[in-house]
This record gives sequence, structure tokens and C-alpha cells, in this order.
Amino acid sequence: MTRELSYAEAVREALRQEMRSDERVFMLGEDIGVYGGAFGVTDGLLAEFGPERIRDTPISEAAITGCAIGAAVTGLRPVLEIQFSDFITLAMEQLVLQAAKIRYMFGGKARVPMVVRTPGGSGTGAAAQHSESLEAWFAHVPGLKVVAPSTPADAKGLLISSIRDDNPVIFFEHKLLYRTRGPVPEEAAAIPLGLADVKRQGADATIVATSGMVTRALAAADALAQDGVGVEVIDPRTLRPLDTDTILASVRKTGRVVIVYEAVKTLGIGAEIAARIAESEALYSLQAPIVRLGGQECPIPYNRELERAAVPQQEDIVAAVRQVLTA
Amino acid sequence: MALQGLSTDSAVKMLQTMYLIRAFEERADDLFAHGRVHGTMHLSAGQEAVATGVCAALLPGDYLLSTHRGHGHCIARGADVRRMMAEFLGKETGYCRGRGGSMHIADVDEGILGANGIVAGGLPLAAGVGLSIHIRRGTQVCVVFFGDGAANEGAFHESLNLASVWTLPVVYVCENNQYAMSMPVHTSMKIERIADRAAAYGLPGEQVNGMDVLAVYDAATRAVERARRGAGPTLLECLTYRYRGHSKSDAQRYRTREEVEDWRTRDPIVLFQQRLIAERVLSAAAAEPFAGRAREAIDDAVRFAESSPEPDPATLLDGVYA
Repeated sequence: MTRELSYAEAVREALRQEMRSDERVFMLGEDIGVYGGAFGVTDGLLAEFGPERIRDTPISEAAITGCAIGAAVTGLRPVLEIQFSDFITLAMEQLVLQAAKIRYMFGGKARVPMVVRTPGGSGTGAAAQHSESLEAWFAHVPGLKVVAPSTPADAKGLLISSIRDDNPVIFFEHKLLYRTRGPVPEEAAAIPLGLADVKRQGADATIVATSGMVTRALAAADALAQDGVGVEVIDPRTLRPLDTDTILASVRKTGRVVIVYEAVKTLGIGAEIAARIAESEALYSLQAPIVRLGGQECPIPYNRELERAAVPQQEDIVAAVRQVLTA
Repeated sequence: MALQGLSTDSAVKMLQTMYLIRAFEERADDLFAHGRVHGTMHLSAGQEAVATGVCAALLPGDYLLSTHRGHGHCIARGADVRRMMAEFLGKETGYCRGRGGSMHIADVDEGILGANGIVAGGLPLAAGVGLSIHIRRGTQVCVVFFGDGAANEGAFHESLNLASVWTLPVVYVCENNQYAMSMPVHTSMKIERIADRAAAYGLPGEQVNGMDVLAVYDAATRAVERARRGAGPTLLECLTYRYRGHSKSDAQRYRTREEVEDWRTRDPIVLFQQRLIAERVLSAAAAEPFAGRAREAIDDAVRFAESSPEPDPATLLDGVYA
């Protein structure tokens, strides 16, 4: 059975169901208890699970991240909320030098089953230090997995998989998606990590879009459909591991590709996707150069119009698809 | 009590452990000098009393987090010197299958959660291990070693605060060996005692003579007992000294030969052996073969390591993910 939930509710339902079914799962983070989390995601969980399992922490990102790692290595399955993904910079050492490497450098013996849930992205007027999209940093690190769901159903199913995974998973939620609604299964159904989803089928062009850009890509595809253009929209959903096969299959079919992501364009996930296409025989199917639409080369500004101009919008995506169609 | 309540057997075993650590470190230095080591190392000769005194206060099942200068911690916790030496030489039979080397020796199943190449890197993890024990209603404690340099990292302060507010069973052991690589403690902090920093986070802090294994054992026993009964963390600052340089690159221009020789007059092994003989726990004749036996055990470890296979490059990607 499915029913409509918001993205935030879907995340919360995944947390609740996994905490009910596995007593090793607990949460820690800043203001996740009484306050309910800065974006309300953990609202109500304190009442059900109590302060031991919904654990408010001091503002100490390095320590609470290490705390999750230490708990994971000794048999628990912590879910850490980092209040804004920008603040993950304060925990980089613990995530990149400890969590990601412990298993490998100890000869494959330790397990680090932990999830870092963190809201990313712009569009809320939160300006330069609360609006970044840093997922590519983590997708560059062997030992980590990186997940970025774009729909309520994906948020739930992928978070369940992430919690059950025996590796450290960085789970990027998007602030603008929290209130979006969609059908979500009632049961705790896991969606495997490393599997892209074809969000819309089409024969004329492929858009590969991530996180908040998936919604915009689908809207752009709707607009293009008015003109008879069939756009296929692929959401990788997991950035590490990246499901290259699904992307390449679509490229072979359409021969035209636009890659849309909110992070700064240079060295973002779009560069990796474009390179994988270029390195494969799917290159020979291309009828136009690949177009990458990414964030502008600047911090996220405060002003509404400037902020809007800093990341791809629906009209930019429509224009990019038209560009690959006419090339 | 003359020996802090230690049995004769335990006291003698501690002395033997210190000899074994010294022998491991001296042999590591020698292997390096002969070009038989691929990577770097950080030797703890001179600091044996801290590792030995603290680990003697632990029970099976307790957890330990170590540092880049961690050989002594592992040996004092009962790690197999053969597998340690194999790891040092990068062999498949090493604790980390040759993936970690000297700086990452770990025996996770035995609660040795790893040496750590990052200064203060293990401190946040210690709070997590303490939280894990607390959540599981366990009776273990977690000991985390770190150096004087780590006390100036933010992670030290965050971790102490967290363990204190949550009353976690963690014992913080600062091995103050007087230098953070080349920087003397007195030029890196304005206070005399690192132990005083505990007061800022509401936990007890105690400075200990880290060249006296019984003093370390006594302080560690109290700290471990406090953690085990759920009263929370303690910060121990053990004043000690490393005889060797920071690592293989160290020309030791920041300290004098006289200073090193002065500390050597307080050698923790010599002092403890004299004490045991004075207390009639041990005769000089009985102690005489200890150093040689330790060297033999290390010889055996080197033979094991050198005859062990190298890791197969085909296994390069093993263990990145579970």
C-alpha cells in the first residue's frame, strides 16, 4: 500500500521503522530532540524513542561524527544528523580519514555501519554558508557511499538501505524537497544503493539530474513535451556507487545528453558522468556534444534573484535540451 | 601497599612487557636503519611505563584507541608481536594484511580499535565507543591514548566535553612526552599542566609521573574504576619522554643530548626493576635474562615476518567496503 507523504515525512518514517525493528539503530545530532531538527525531520521521534536513542548533542560536529564512528565500529548503527551539509566541513577529518578508511587500513576487519543525514542545496535564502552542495567531495572518497534521493519514495527506500548497509553512507537530503509530496509505500521496503531510476521515458534526449534538479528536469521535460520532444530523465540516486549502465543505455537510445546538478559545475558529479559516457562505446551514439548544467562558479548569494541565477533553473534545462537537439 | 596491590606475577609480567616493548622498538629502529622497512615509524622507547601501567589496569573486553606512536600500547594490551612485526614489514600475515603499517595496527576483535595517524583523530571515536558501551549497558571502558600535541586540537576539547556531559566510560591518557614533533610543550600552551584542562569540562584531571609504571598503574586503576562504575571520564596526563626522534626524518635539532641523557637516568624499566628487587619481589639473578628473552621473542617475530608472504596485488581492492 502506498499513500502520499512529504519527503521529510518519508525520511522520518524510514527512521521510525528502522528504529522499531533494530534496537542497534539510534540517532544523534544537534537539536534533533525537543526541537525536532532544524527542518523538522525528527519531529515526534523523541516522544516515541526517548532521549537515549534520539540524542541531542552539543554543537561539536567533529566529536559527534567521531561518536557515530566509534559506536558503529563497536556494533551499533548510528544515524547522525548534520544540521546543514555545509557544517560537514567541520567533520571532514572524521569522515574522510577515519570512517572511510578504518575498514581498509585495518585489513578489511572493522565495519562502520553509519549514516550521516544532512540537508544540502540552495533556494532558501540561507546564503553562502548554509546552501552548498558538497556531494562530489564525498563521492571522491573510496570507503564512503553517497546517496541523494529526489522523491519521497526514494528518500524512504534509500534511507532504509543506507541504515542497513555496513558502510558509512553520506545521505544528502535537499531542503527544497522536504515539503514535496509523493506516493510512498507503507512498508519498510528498501531500495538498493547503486541503482539509478528512469524517472521519465523519452526517445529524443536524456537528462541526467541529481537531487533537487530532478524535479526541475521533470518540469522541463513536461514543457518540452508540449513541443513534441520526448525527454528521458535519469536520476542516479546514488552517486557512489554510480549506476553507469542505466545512464549509458539511455545515451545509446537518445544520442543527446544534458547533465544537471546544483553543485558548482567544475569538478562536480557531472564531470564524472560525462567522462564515463566519453570513455564508453556510448560515445559513438552521441549526435551532439554533452552539455553540463551546473552551479555557477561562485558561493551561493543571498538575494533571491542572484540565488536563482547561481544554480540551474527549469528554463536553463529547457534551453540546454534544445541546444543538444539542434547541434 | 608496596606495589599498588599488584601480585608478584602481575608486577613481574609488567616488567617483562616493558622489556618486550623496548626490544620491539629497538629492533624496529635497527630494521629501519638497515633499509628493511618501506614506510615510517614512531618509536615509543622511553614511554613504556605509560602503555604498560594503563593496560595493566584494563580487563578483557575493554577497548583501546592508540596513536601513531602505538607499538607499546598494542604490546601492553597483549597483541601478538609476530603479527605486529609482519604488519610493520607490510606482510599479508600482519594485523592489517600489510594495508596499515606501523601507524594503523589494529585488532578489532580484541578491542584494539587502531593506532591512528591523525593527531587527536581517535579522541572523538573514544566518545563514540563510550556511548556504545553506555547504550548497550556494557561494563567495559574505553581508553584512548594521545600526545601533548593532540591537546591543542579541537577534537580533544570536543571529545572531553562530550564524554563529560554524557558521563561516558572513557579514560583519556595524555602521553606528554614533552614535544609535539619538534615543538616543546611550553611553547605550544600557556599552562603548566595539560591535566588542568579537565577542569574546563567538569571531569577530574591528574598529572602522573609517566616514568613510574606503578604510579601510572595506580592512577589508571582509579580512572578505570571510576569509568566502570558509571561515574564518567578522567583525564590522565603522564609525563614521559621519547628517547628516539619523532619519526625517521628527525635530526633532533630541537633538543640537547644532555636532555635525552637526563631523562634516560629515569628509565622506566631500570627504575621498576630496581624497585622490584628492592621490594624483594624479584632477585637480580631472576631478572637478568628478561632483556635477552624479550629480544629473542622479537627475533622470532622478525623471522615470522620476513618469511611471510607479501600481499597479492590482485587483492588491492579488498576491504574498501564491507
